[in-house]
Amino acid sequence: MMEKPLTENAHILDAPEAPKQSRFIQGFHLFNQNRMAIVGLVIFVIFFMTAVAGVVLTSGQDPVFNPALVRLQEKLLPPLSRPNLETLKSHEAPKLGIYLLGTDDLGRDVFARMLQGAWVSLTVGFVAVGIAVIVGIFMGGLAGYYGQGGIRYDQILTVSLLLSGIVLFLLGWVKFGCGFFAVGIFSLILSFIAGRPKQDHFMPGWLRKTAFSFDTLIMRMVDIMLCFPSFFLILTVVALLPASIYNIMIVIGLTSWMGTTRFVRAEFLSLREQDFVSAAKALGVGDFRIIFRHMMPNAIAPVLVSSTIGIATAILTEAGLSFLGFGVPPPYATWGNILSDGKRFIFDAPWLTFVPGVAILIVVLCFNLFGEGLKDALNPKLRQE
Amino acid sequence: MDQGPGYAPAVDGGVVDFMFSFIGRSIVQKTITLFFVSVVSFLIIHLAPGEPSQIDPMNPKFTPEMVERFQKEFHLDEPLYVQYVYFYRDLFTGKIVSWKDNQSVLSKIWERFLNSLPLFIVGTLLTWTLSFPVGIRSAIHRGGIYDRSATFFSYFLISIPGFFFAYILIILVVTVFHVPVIGMETYGMGDAPWPNLFMDRIWHLLIPSVLGATGGIAVLSRYVRSQMLEVEGQDYVRTARAKGLPPDQVHYKHALRNALLPFVTMFGLILPGLIGGSVIIESIFSWPGMGRMAYEAILARDYPIILTVNFLSAVLVLVGTFISDLLYLAVDPRIRL
Repeated sequence: MMEKPLTENAHILDAPEAPKQSRFIQGFHLFNQNRMAIVGLVIFVIFFMTAVAGVVLTSGQDPVFNPALVRLQEKLLPPLSRPNLETLKSHEAPKLGIYLLGTDDLGRDVFARMLQGAWVSLTVGFVAVGIAVIVGIFMGGLAGYYGQGGIRYDQILTVSLLLSGIVLFLLGWVKFGCGFFAVGIFSLILSFIAGRPKQDHFMPGWLRKTAFSFDTLIMRMVDIMLCFPSFFLILTVVALLPASIYNIMIVIGLTSWMGTTRFVRAEFLSLREQDFVSAAKALGVGDFRIIFRHMMPNAIAPVLVSSTIGIATAILTEAGLSFLGFGVPPPYATWGNILSDGKRFIFDAPWLTFVPGVAILIVVLCFNLFGEGLKDALNPKLRQE
Repeated sequence: MDQGPGYAPAVDGGVVDFMFSFIGRSIVQKTITLFFVSVVSFLIIHLAPGEPSQIDPMNPKFTPEMVERFQKEFHLDEPLYVQYVYFYRDLFTGKIVSWKDNQSVLSKIWERFLNSLPLFIVGTLLTWTLSFPVGIRSAIHRGGIYDRSATFFSYFLISIPGFFFAYILIILVVTVFHVPVIGMETYGMGDAPWPNLFMDRIWHLLIPSVLGATGGIAVLSRYVRSQMLEVEGQDYVRTARAKGLPPDQVHYKHALRNALLPFVTMFGLILPGLIGGSVIIESIFSWPGMGRMAYEAILARDYPIILTVNFLSAVLVLVGTFISDLLYLAVDPRIRL
């Protein structure tokens, strides 16, 4: 092999040392190359606008598309069929002149119902994942940043005394409750005094020893949550609670924060050893600012990816719950319950199954593809020099 | 301690000690976790609004005296922690009964479990036999048309709602093959010749298991692909290729064997699937399995069944992670947890 003259590589020396493009631009280019991710993003924007338009057009006293209007003489019409205007009153006629997606067994316009249901899917996805991400970042941040700080026996004692005081009080044993609570406050004061310097002999030594670290506590909580079969747990809670869309959002959110917690904790454990964090600490920057201004932007990438995919999962879960008959009470339409109502007519009116099914499929697919594209765009290994 | 060939005694003793301490620590830790799971699930069920005695207020047979007797019989008038102790005492002695029909919960679960088992076995077999070839082929032909279509198809399978897919398959099978698919077997085939009976059972079994396996196939094949790609990028694979070995030998002997390592541990993680069963798929196909029983128990507020299913599935999750940790220790000497 011929040796290259040194001068041939001289341009490398002239090249600027910092990358020409900012991280954001590079990520954007990587994302742009992923055609499926772009398609996902476009579909998401369309879905978002549909959902917002759906809320505007189907709510209020006199909506443009009335999803609850029953026209029994027009039931089970296939998509794109024309209404029989002679039998309908003027306000009952569909606004578009045709039934774009057909009608269901009560003659309700499926298009209007789909519009109404889009908003439910969208909000369930975002609110549930929002709750999960907030809880996850909080717990993961605590475990990762303060993880090494131990919890002492006297703290456990104090907290359990206070808690059992409150519980006993609520259960009706007022005297016992007040007693426990008072002892708890006394122990709180004691451990507070003993915590000051030069007071170490004040309490028995073992009480001031570390029982377990904060990290252990939070990760054990994650383990406990992971033991529950998630769909079964969600189903149980949703079935026992009064039917409402907010309950579903909260329950899905509170049963899916474990992944985020693990990601954030793992990122924080490595980030807190890095120089820029030490530098910030040395400068006297407060913990809160270090966590949210310095560390979180570096730890957010896996959280973003997993929450995009989490939205897809939440939409699927909500659809499954609606399909089983839980969640939003009946006159209100969701994609899951349109499909569930239509399943009895699966051979006579397949559009009642296919329209909501395909809609859910497309939206969930777009979130999954978008999340995958985001993962590539945020992956430092794939970034070009 | 006798010296086995090839083992330094100190190391051997260290490993054995390590194994014992690891197993001991795991068991203690998992028992504590299980205790908290039992407390949390008990609290969730009992603190939710509504009483099990109010499940059917319109029933004329449900007089206040009946409600009172019912509450006394199942200790519902006691404080919560007493109920907790009663419940888990009954569970561990196997005397626990359903509130709905007074039958033993454990025997009910066992009966339903036997119904769900074929679905689970066929589904798992499908998942594990299909996802490996698909994933490996995708990794070897990375970026090609096969890889890209497999990627898209697996996203498609992950994203499709199970109930929608179920109806597509039902329409397809019923209109094309003209076989009934709902339930475990066709009603009234009592004295048909056995090949027909057998085929009938297979048809009924196939579609719910395929549905149960789709998500698994999609996820697992993606995982196989990424694992395989990672190994294919290693130096020793490049060396093997540079030596001039035939590509098949490089792929299947050098790369695949190392890529398979993480999957050994996943055997432990399929264990929890034994109990859940799929609520949605079993309700669509009227399959009398565990998922359906749990669903009916939730609707009837039959707390003993709900709590027992929950407890058993938590046990299986914990046992599953324990087995997978042990397998990891066994196959990968570098790992010391």
